[in-house]
Amino acid sequence: MSDPKTSGPQANEAVTEAAIPERTPGRLFKIWDSDVAYSFRTSPVAIISGVVALAIILAALLAPWIAPTNPFDPASLNLMDGFTPPMQENAFTGNTFLLGTDNQGRDMLSAMLYGARISLFVGVSAVLLAMVLGITAGLIAGYRGGWADAVLMRIADVQLSFPSILIALLIFGVARGIIPPSQRETMAIWVLIVAIGLSDWVQFARIVRGATMVEKSKEYVQAAKVIGAHPFKILLRHILPNVMGPVLVIATIGLALAIIAEATLSFLGVGVPPTQPSLGTLIRIGQQYLFSGEWWILLFPAVMLLTLALAVNLLGDWLRDALNPRLR
Amino acid sequence: MADPLIEVRGLGRRFDVSKPWLNRVLEREERQYLTATADVNFSIARGETFALVGESGSGKSTIAKMIVGLLPPSEGQILFDGQDMGKVGTSELRALRRRFQMIFQDPFASLNPRWRVGDIVSEPLRTFGLAKGAEVTREMERLLDTVGLSARDAEKFPHEFSGGQRQRIAIARALSAKPEFIVCDEPTSALDVSVQAQILNLMRDLQDEMGLTYLFISHDLSVVRHMATRTGVLYLGRLVEVSEGKSLFRDPQHPYTKMLLDAVPDLALSGRRRTPVTGEIPNPINPPSGCPFHPRCPVAIDKCKTDVPPSFQTPNGSAACHLLG
Amino acid sequence: MTEPLLSVRDLVIEFPTRRGVLRAIDGVSFDIAPGEVLGMVGESGAGKSLTGAAIIGLLEPPGRIVSGEIKLKGERIDHLSPAAMRKIRGRRIGMVFQDPLTSLNPLYTVAKQLIETIRTHMNVSDAEARKRAVALLDRVGIPAADRRIDDYPHQFSGGMRQRVVIALALCAEPELVIADEPTTALDVSVQSQIIDLLKEICAEKGASVMLITHDMGVIAETADRVAVLYSGRIAEVGPVASVISEAEHPYTRGLMGSIPTLTHDSDRLVQIPGSMPRLNAIPPGCAFNPRCTQAFDRCRVERPFPIDRPGDRRVACWLYDEQEATHG
Repeated sequence: MSDPKTSGPQANEAVTEAAIPERTPGRLFKIWDSDVAYSFRTSPVAIISGVVALAIILAALLAPWIAPTNPFDPASLNLMDGFTPPMQENAFTGNTFLLGTDNQGRDMLSAMLYGARISLFVGVSAVLLAMVLGITAGLIAGYRGGWADAVLMRIADVQLSFPSILIALLIFGVARGIIPPSQRETMAIWVLIVAIGLSDWVQFARIVRGATMVEKSKEYVQAAKVIGAHPFKILLRHILPNVMGPVLVIATIGLALAIIAEATLSFLGVGVPPTQPSLGTLIRIGQQYLFSGEWWILLFPAVMLLTLALAVNLLGDWLRDALNPRLR
Repeated sequence: MADPLIEVRGLGRRFDVSKPWLNRVLEREERQYLTATADVNFSIARGETFALVGESGSGKSTIAKMIVGLLPPSEGQILFDGQDMGKVGTSELRALRRRFQMIFQDPFASLNPRWRVGDIVSEPLRTFGLAKGAEVTREMERLLDTVGLSARDAEKFPHEFSGGQRQRIAIARALSAKPEFIVCDEPTSALDVSVQAQILNLMRDLQDEMGLTYLFISHDLSVVRHMATRTGVLYLGRLVEVSEGKSLFRDPQHPYTKMLLDAVPDLALSGRRRTPVTGEIPNPINPPSGCPFHPRCPVAIDKCKTDVPPSFQTPNGSAACHLLG
Repeated sequence: MTEPLLSVRDLVIEFPTRRGVLRAIDGVSFDIAPGEVLGMVGESGAGKSLTGAAIIGLLEPPGRIVSGEIKLKGERIDHLSPAAMRKIRGRRIGMVFQDPLTSLNPLYTVAKQLIETIRTHMNVSDAEARKRAVALLDRVGIPAADRRIDDYPHQFSGGMRQRVVIALALCAEPELVIADEPTTALDVSVQSQIIDLLKEICAEKGASVMLITHDMGVIAETADRVAVLYSGRIAEVGPVASVISEAEHPYTRGLMGSIPTLTHDSDRLVQIPGSMPRLNAIPPGCAFNPRCTQAFDRCRVERPFPIDRPGDRRVACWLYDEQEATHG
């Protein structure tokens, strides 16, 4: 849109308003007709990555119904099925698997669907945690300024000077020290979420702080102050909705990063236990057999991880462009 | 004045514009202050429109913000209906707040873009607990009607409106607290002239209907002349002249007022040869000594360079100029 | 009448958007005589800046000239190549914008920018160019010009910066200066200085001026003739004195009445109901008809063409059509 004065729905003052009959389009139509939706419809990259991401997410969510076997159920596993190549008959059992099996005879397809489920769950939860932490810190730092800002942002700076995977490892290590060994298996996934979430809040805090500082000097915030609205209300009801745009962009890109972080941690062996393999765990297992010729154990989960992360990332990129105020 | 609603005594505000501590230490610089306003005194009677006019850096917006409580004053007092706003307790302050509201300059920034118009207008109703349940909606719709919008506009978002309509929404929001006093900070300077006329007329009508008192802040002398019952002229944070009615424009006393009036482009095409205006407004961080206007003043005397002039009585008000003493 | 310096005929500028093509300038025609100051006045969105941008070839895409022609001394300058246009811009047409900072490069001294412009367009030595630049700065009222010429733009105050911009616009001795809201960002007391300067110096150099502004007062003080724009069409054009004191188009009349003055007392200002239509909602017939108190049936269906009026004026309004007069 070239000229901001000309875009958007038409509005005229009293006189012309009477001349032009009011049409009230439905809510669905409004969404379909919005600039963001239009930008999506006209961007092939956005559509393709959206479809791919949606397909993987749906497949992961529906894993218990569409997966051929339940890889978490030890009773269904037959060690004799191990190392069956894709689309080939197993020499001992005669079973065929679309994407082959791993060392324990798990069907790769099922393991991947269940694995993607865990990866996505960890990724989404970690991003949500990072979002809540980051938005809170960013709002406070940006709105209060002064020492609150100084303290929060110095913490953020310090954390940013370490690689986030290192932070996650550190948190993971500390948590392991605290949690009794008997609960480590069950707690592993939650520790993973906290570790990734805590290592990722800085991005949100920074962007929210910047946007808050811009918004708080705008006249609508001053108007709310003149009315005597509580600072808490000003932050949540006035400022927060106006800083959510960039947060959504960061969150989408952050989701791709969190999924990769989970995979990295699991690959390093500090993630979810092999009994409940995520994509990262599957890759770690596969990597052990790569040089002995069982390539499929590594390749298929890796491709899936890559596709998912790439699709989500491209969506994030598109969202950033679509929400760019210059183009609205 | 018989019954002042607002009284401002010795109001001053300084801003710390120093560099960060570390830079100051390394560069051996002193702390720097910007005096936005100094020793401003005026009072506004019930039902009148007191205008403050000035160029950039005159401190007019700072005064507006201090009066509505967006900025604490560095010195001086603001009395609303006889109560010192700096001394009242929180609950009394809250009750006082309802009685004054503000209209902002930029109608594109003063309305939250994510809120529906109905929510924007009814926010003061809810915050001050002036109405409940269905009453809120009814009152909000009545307010929209008062400012010349329709009730179905309540469902829309601010971006669906033109600048003039947005300013109407902002006025409806200010009115919803049922205030007695409204601070209008350049309410039409972001609008086109034909729309400006609509808004100025609306503000006049509302004043007549509701007996509102206005503090009207503007840089546009013609607009001020049209609206004000009394006018104060600000220069570099100081009130240089106050005058009743339109006498300021007929018979300006202070050399700065004269210069300002001379500088206004003349629509009447009278072909008058105006005195060429010289110089620009000095940096308020290092204001001139004595009378802040003396470096640009065509009639300055030695005293102007050293002494800040006190306020002297003039036929229709007062002016701070040594030559009038 | 002598040959006009600038002649614009039936200019149409459109912006293609996804909701259809918006016609921002619709059939604008006007002339500027040598040495003349033409004021172009209109409310925001009327298309006055766009007209200026089209003349100097700085129309921002997707905006484009669809039809019509722009002639400088009889030579077409619309649809010139960017390189050819650059030779005209600065050399034959100078520009002064609202914000002096957009016309000055903050990274170079004023001397460098002035000398570079002079040497790009004129065949003079470096020393000679500098001498001219200093003389010009002195002429536009920069005190100690020979010293201040080596300062950077940010070292000048707002008014002084606009003086530098005027010097820059005039340094290659152009035939036409396009000044787009040259005083809007300045304080009243500085504004009058800049108006006076612009008027004097252009008269001195024999340059014509196209003065674009929303401020009728500035026009009244500066221009010889004025063109009033409404919704991308010229409502009225004529000598300043007659247009201001006895406007013929109902829009101009309303506009003049709505401006508060320092001399005239009135309790209420004349107000035009409503506001200018957005580009996607320009009514059929006369664009002003829904707001016009004198509109009749013809105004609602047929667009008025510019009608010649006594005193070198033209008005696009059916009230002044012979046909209407004879029919009663």
